[in-house]
Amino acid sequence: MARLPERFEQWFKAKGWRLRDHQAAMLEAAEAGRDALLIAPTGAGKTLAGFLPSLVALAGQPTDKLHTLYVSPLKALGTDIARNLQIPMADMGLSVSVETRSGDTPANRRARQKEMPPNILLTTPESLLLLLSQENSADYFASLSCVVVDEIHALAGTKRGDQLSLCIARLRRLSPTRVVGLSATVAHPEAIRQFVGPKARLVQAEDGAPPHVTMALPDVEIPWSGHMGLKAAELVLEKIAGAAMSIVFVNTRAQAELLFAAIWKHNSQNLPITIHHGSLDIAQRRKVEAAMAEGRLRAVIATSSLDLGIDWGGVDQVLQIGAPKGVSRLLQRLGRANHRLDEPSRAILVPANRFEVLECEAAMAGVREKALDGDPPRPGGLDVLAQHIMGMACSGRFLPDDLYREVVSTACYADLPRQDFDDVLRFVEDGGYALAAYERYRKLFRDSEGFVYPASAKVAQYFRMNIGTIVEAPMIKLRLVGKRGGFGVGLGEVEEYFVNQLVPGDSFIFAGRVLKFLRLRENVAEVVEAPGKEPKVPAYAGARLPLTTNLASRVRAMLHDPSCWGAFPEQVQEWLTLQKRRSRLPGPNGLLVETFPRNGRWFMVVYAFEGRNAHQTLGLLLTKRMERAGYAPIGFVATDYVLATWSAYRPERIDQLFQEDMLGDDLEEWMETSSLLRRSFRQVAVIAGLIPRQLPGAEKNRRQVTVNSDLIYDVLRKHQPDHVLIRATRADATHGLIDLSRIAAVLRRAEGRITHMVLSRVSPLAVPVLLEIGREQVAGEAEEQLLAETAALVTEATAENESLHNFKHGPKGQNMLFHQS
Amino acid sequence: MTAAPIHFRNERLMLDPSGAAFWPSKRVLIIADLHFEKATSFAANGSLLPPYDTRATLERLNRLVRLYRPSKLIALGDSFHDSKAPARLAKDDRARLEAMGREAQFIWVAGNHDAAPHDLPGQCVAEHREGPFVFRHQALSRLAPREIEISGHYHPKACIESRAKRVSRACFVSDAVSRLILPAFGAFTGGLDVRDQAIFRLFPRGLRVFMLGQEQLYSFALEQLGRLPEVA
Repeated sequence: MARLPERFEQWFKAKGWRLRDHQAAMLEAAEAGRDALLIAPTGAGKTLAGFLPSLVALAGQPTDKLHTLYVSPLKALGTDIARNLQIPMADMGLSVSVETRSGDTPANRRARQKEMPPNILLTTPESLLLLLSQENSADYFASLSCVVVDEIHALAGTKRGDQLSLCIARLRRLSPTRVVGLSATVAHPEAIRQFVGPKARLVQAEDGAPPHVTMALPDVEIPWSGHMGLKAAELVLEKIAGAAMSIVFVNTRAQAELLFAAIWKHNSQNLPITIHHGSLDIAQRRKVEAAMAEGRLRAVIATSSLDLGIDWGGVDQVLQIGAPKGVSRLLQRLGRANHRLDEPSRAILVPANRFEVLECEAAMAGVREKALDGDPPRPGGLDVLAQHIMGMACSGRFLPDDLYREVVSTACYADLPRQDFDDVLRFVEDGGYALAAYERYRKLFRDSEGFVYPASAKVAQYFRMNIGTIVEAPMIKLRLVGKRGGFGVGLGEVEEYFVNQLVPGDSFIFAGRVLKFLRLRENVAEVVEAPGKEPKVPAYAGARLPLTTNLASRVRAMLHDPSCWGAFPEQVQEWLTLQKRRSRLPGPNGLLVETFPRNGRWFMVVYAFEGRNAHQTLGLLLTKRMERAGYAPIGFVATDYVLATWSAYRPERIDQLFQEDMLGDDLEEWMETSSLLRRSFRQVAVIAGLIPRQLPGAEKNRRQVTVNSDLIYDVLRKHQPDHVLIRATRADATHGLIDLSRIAAVLRRAEGRITHMVLSRVSPLAVPVLLEIGREQVAGEAEEQLLAETAALVTEATAENESLHNFKHGPKGQNMLFHQS
Repeated sequence: MTAAPIHFRNERLMLDPSGAAFWPSKRVLIIADLHFEKATSFAANGSLLPPYDTRATLERLNRLVRLYRPSKLIALGDSFHDSKAPARLAKDDRARLEAMGREAQFIWVAGNHDAAPHDLPGQCVAEHREGPFVFRHQALSRLAPREIEISGHYHPKACIESRAKRVSRACFVSDAVSRLILPAFGAFTGGLDVRDQAIFRLFPRGLRVFMLGQEQLYSFALEQLGRLPEVA
């Protein structure tokens, strides 16, 4: 058992604490020089456990060099930790310097940090790469002895995690540093342990009190469809009034805006309730967070922007409105409620429709069993590697062999073939095109000994302005201008896509206000506050999270077993009983498919339960097959649970539609043209450094200095389909938007086990998906048909006086097509 | 691919879904804003875009030449992304252009990106007049009486609200009386919405767009493209 130095012993005693087992284990790991992953619930003194070994070491051997590096996914976490560390250090009279470093750090402090590093530096993965890419990085980090990665589950398995793991590999080369990972919720402890280090010790703290989770429904008919949960506004307000401080979590920014408006309609007591999401101006967000910390608020309506973050001791209740989507995500959100280990966190789930009632029940069971979900980590991205290679070149010349060895020492890139590495390196050097056109524009040179170095200082400058793996859709700033003009106040940002749809005079909801769009001035949309009749809600491209596999299989199992139904509200029980009588219930194995006629069309409903992304892709592939089979498909719609298609003719040989070879040529053909891949390509191209990200100050001329990434993708795919960026794009899309593994899972489950119910009318379970028709977005592939359809409609409506492609001329040779205005 | 006819006085032009226009009675093929060597221009500034844009544009142009067998090719300016672009052409791309120049006479109208004359086959001109038409890079706000102008420059595109989503495509724009603006033909060229003042103020009597589709054009009147912004 590790012993604390006297000073620390006294401090623990003065606080009335004792050294917890996991804290002792972390000290031991440090003494043994081992990497460690600590999994501990909120309130268990996780942060202290992570820093204690460093504080002990620095107390015993003061130094003026960098000792510990702390990396977290949020800047705000670093700031908060810096503040919290002051307490033990002041109490014990330790002279340890602690500083933060992020994109917001002022230039003079950065310069000072370069000369005089603090003992403990708190930063983010992006700022770490920036530090490592500097020419003096080898000296700077030579004294480093510990790297602490906080909220490691939020990084591992993402591109930011890939980037961090590469940076850690570099740090390990510069110094004999240990790595420590901290997390409260880890779905794949072994994979994360590997991420920390191949020999990392796993330290698991005792669980805290189990969370107290209930479900609440408004006293109305449970909706058949919809995700917003607006009918629950009054109920939510009631729950807010019954607690000291609540976080009301929702799933999308649009839902946050709508629910916020709905709640305020009923908030006659004027309870201080506000809103927080990622598009709001950063100053506004900080204001909300400060108000929470000071206990001045009763509730915040929030998106995942508050999933992670600093601790607000005052929050005693969490509400989740709409589908929880996954157990891990729900647990993360529950953890925001209470920061004391021995008290349960309190949470209330408010489902927005019938299927979500099932999902909430399944999630509650999952929370009880601590059945965490989440995808196991996928191999590191080649785009991230490209960025890293450029960063390393900027820090000093390197030999490709050495850098390759360093890269494959990480868990993320352990299986990276040398060929892929070389291809990425070539891409960074000169674009890696088969056509050797860019010899004179090379970004990296090689000298006679084989060392690689940057071609110019400009290359390093371009790199430093484009660091990071988070790529946002192009955004437009919103500025609230006063009635009398003036410069106005920044409100936040909305996607360019949304602003392009606005016409001056349109009103929309943002940050809980109804705004009127005045004009677009360069890259700022000017607005005034003005209640409009039917305000729009900004759409955000941020992909909706799909239901996790874990939760989906729980829902399937519950559906199939009526003995579980007792927990459901009566209306849901009736719904399921009716389904059982009219058709079948989908089960844990096999695949239920229903077909029925309706309004002169044939509907096919597939109960696949594999999440929206997989269903979208499956829908596209399925309709293609239906076309070949002569069923004349017209359209499809996908929800998290179900996929529905409709066609002119009756689909009959269902088992043939679902054969596994669907993932062969059909998939290939579709991937060729899919707009999903174009979306992935944009991210890959920005991360890899092919396209510069939006730079502040450069925005004015953005239209002139950028080329639409879709056009680049189309040309590259056609002329060099095996280019490393096309490969990276396919790898991304396969894991994310297309969700290939889950489609494969449906097809495997379906093989030889399809239950095909031929019905005379719609089944009860199929009603929700049919109600979604027209509401759900149709994927890009259907564009050509949509254009034809729209043009045909217009022709039909205006047929008397014009033909489609030709102009008819009036008697005087004048064109008569146009309304005189 | 189905081309759509459009009539100006007694002349018929065929609008091709690829974004080119063909004048059958004179066997003239018209294209706008090729922007050859845009990628290499970006490469010089640090973005190593795929250098296949010139090749991709030429391949599409070549298909049209084989289809229409024109005796004359009018490029409406901005054929090259910058004044040094002709010198950067890859050998086979230059050879392809020269081969095309042997089959048809090139008329290179000067644009704002490529104002200077170059050494490729054909004639470099400020503007070109033939029959009732004047071919220039950028539309003039005021036309001479009875002048019919065919131009490029704006890279027009249009958006239409369909049942399920907004669809945005490059398009021809015309009033079928005195003006036709062609979409950009180059592989790496984006677009400007026809509802932008710069475009629609050129059409005081209204306009129609012909959006490019895979096999055909889709035609809409300006009023069908959603409300216009209030003119300040």
